[in-house]
Amino acid sequence: MMKKVYTRTAGIEADMVSGFCPGCMHGLIFKLIGEVLEEMNLLEETISVQGVGCCGLAMEYVTYDNTTAPHGRACAVATGIKRTNPDKLVYTYQGDGDLASIGLAESMSAANRGENISVIFVNNGIYGMTGGQMAPTTLVGMKATTAPEGRNPAMHGYPMHMCEIMNQLTAPVYLERTSCNTPANTRRTKAAIKKAFQNQIDQKGFSMVEIVTSCPTNWGLNPMESLEFLNEKMLKEFPLGVIRDRS
Amino acid sequence: MAKKFMKGCEAIAEAAVRSGCRFFAGYPITPQNEIPEYFARRMPEVGGSFVQGESEIASINMVYGAAQTGVRSMTSSSSCGISLKSEGVSFCASARIPIVYCNVARGGPGIGAIQPAQQDYMQATKASGNGGFRMIVLAPATVQEAVDMTYEAFDLAQRDRNPVLILADGVLGTIMEPVELPPMRSDEELRKLREETKDWALRGHKAGEKKLILPGGWQGQEDRCKANAAMYDTWEKDIQVEEFLTEDARVVIAAYGVSARVAKSAIRLLRKEGYQVGMIRPKTVSPFPYQSFDKLDYGRVKAILDVEMSIPAQLVYDVELGVKGRCKVHTCLRSGGEIMGREYIVNAVKEIYNV
Amino acid sequence: MERNLMAAGFGGQGVMMMGKLLAYSTFSATDKNVTFFPSYGAEQRGGTANCYVVISDNEVGAPLGDVMDDLIVMNEASLNKFLYKVKPGGLLFINSSIVKKPVERDDITVIPAPVTELAMELGNAKVLNVIMLGVYVGYTEVLPEEVVYETVKGQLAKKPKLIPLNEKAFRLGTKIGQEARKDRKGLV
Repeated sequence: MMKKVYTRTAGIEADMVSGFCPGCMHGLIFKLIGEVLEEMNLLEETISVQGVGCCGLAMEYVTYDNTTAPHGRACAVATGIKRTNPDKLVYTYQGDGDLASIGLAESMSAANRGENISVIFVNNGIYGMTGGQMAPTTLVGMKATTAPEGRNPAMHGYPMHMCEIMNQLTAPVYLERTSCNTPANTRRTKAAIKKAFQNQIDQKGFSMVEIVTSCPTNWGLNPMESLEFLNEKMLKEFPLGVIRDRS
Repeated sequence: MAKKFMKGCEAIAEAAVRSGCRFFAGYPITPQNEIPEYFARRMPEVGGSFVQGESEIASINMVYGAAQTGVRSMTSSSSCGISLKSEGVSFCASARIPIVYCNVARGGPGIGAIQPAQQDYMQATKASGNGGFRMIVLAPATVQEAVDMTYEAFDLAQRDRNPVLILADGVLGTIMEPVELPPMRSDEELRKLREETKDWALRGHKAGEKKLILPGGWQGQEDRCKANAAMYDTWEKDIQVEEFLTEDARVVIAAYGVSARVAKSAIRLLRKEGYQVGMIRPKTVSPFPYQSFDKLDYGRVKAILDVEMSIPAQLVYDVELGVKGRCKVHTCLRSGGEIMGREYIVNAVKEIYNV
Repeated sequence: MERNLMAAGFGGQGVMMMGKLLAYSTFSATDKNVTFFPSYGAEQRGGTANCYVVISDNEVGAPLGDVMDDLIVMNEASLNKFLYKVKPGGLLFINSSIVKKPVERDDITVIPAPVTELAMELGNAKVLNVIMLGVYVGYTEVLPEEVVYETVKGQLAKKPKLIPLNEKAFRLGTKIGQEARKDRKGLV
């Protein structure tokens, strides 16, 4: 008698094949979110807001209600949904360009209001869908199509650390930076997502999980190389850990 | 029902509440601040939500979010603030989300003047955002009309699953007039109205009946454009127009909103002096009442006078489409915060009357 | 029958409240149509503040006239700016405490009242607008005195302590207006 030890989460469509690039971590993160929602018995009570970027592909993959915001506006759209539906679980899923560049005002203001939502912020230091342009989180010296000589602080400034920036605000309850570079960190990421959702259920206010990931396609590296880059460069600039927990 | 003496902005907000608006997000800009201020006081009384957004862009997107769950939602702004909202409005039109928004228009282009103007006609009626969508645009001339139109706007928006714009101006926003308010919709009525959105609104769902709001998407864009166009074609029946003393008119004034109410005063003065003057006043500037201009007897009508608080003229392009070159169309224009004057119109009519 | 009034002065002289009280009185006590239109904006912040009231048997079209039947000026800047807005034969009410220069028109009726000084004599400079409202109502009889007084009283429902002062101010104004009317009878 075979024992079933693993099955795809009910949070992802059963026969869906993801279109994410090899080595991309979006698929893994959506799986984690699906598992958490399933474990918390929230799949029927969730409304998710997808940012603009590669993550938007997921709107076809997930099984719960979801919508897409204009680029950068996910936290504003989520605010409208949550204020009118306080009994639903509302989370946004946003990349670095979406959350930290075009949507900086919306993200910071939702955090500052202590909006009772959960933000999943996926930081890979580059614009993916549009093809490798410089992001607010691009590392110094890292090449991008709009910074062909690499990010130059004299012209482009330095990478933005959103967890630390939001940590200057009073209202947010939970800010943690994680990664999916190792099985252990992936489990930590799942636990962080769960905590962010639990905070919302408990009416505690704004939570954000920043997940540092890779973009092999636009980094110009193969999946293994990009994992190395992530470990050696990205995590130096964006150290993992709980930045704030007042839950 | 007893009348109340109310400021335009506040009357619009109260009418929205009575029509069932339970979410409002807005950002300060003169001359519409009394709308968000009113909602901030009023929403807690009716179990609704008010958010002062961090920008016009955030505010329209909050409304976009709330309306996706079937809650009647609204935002307002003025001219340059409305430009900022165009992103969200376009998303609503694309995803077919019913929202109501109000432009208490001021001068332009750019930051313009904070005083009343009608410089946003083209933006309101032709291109309120990217992508070539259309909306029903209601243009009230009195506070009473602003109230009635706001009340109706939520029903039109929900019927079509499309944004509806109230095109007001700084005069209408700040003037106080007697007004009769429509009845307050009960919680039970609102529950039913929300129930009608269940086929598309996001509320969470049982396994196997996934909901997805898709403002763009990878496939089916042309089909969605076709469906939108087919919906716009049904709006002929929604045209509202006032034809004032046009039966014997030799000169017909074309005007909407505040300019039209001033023109009405001017027409009364001119009629006393024996001038046969009338007016066609589009109450819906989109869809536009071309038919009213088309059916005029151009054997008798010698000229049209387009009266608007916009320089250059904008309404005039729609008027020309109705007149089709059958008589001369003149303009009588003010702008930059200068409010259209009665005598100004009287003189403009006299100048063209016998030419 | 339509009558329009413009009131103008410094920000802080209560010009808007004066217009609003008159408009609200008309609304609450008559079948006439009435509009109150405040001129808003930069002018509220230190410059001139002004508002328009139109009272009409018909629906009100233009909420402000290019020419006015009645003009109230509370400061000299307003007189300079709006003097020629008054129609020939119209009425000009002047705060003569502040406006010292002679009126350069002889085709209108001028009703001067030193409302700033009178208000200070009553012990509160803020009630100058209520005195001027009284002057206007006393002179024009556009509304019964008691109707307007009830509105003034209603406005102070939350500050009943101020009612006696405001009543004194209003009655003082109506008396000045009535006297002026007697003097002018048959002249214009």
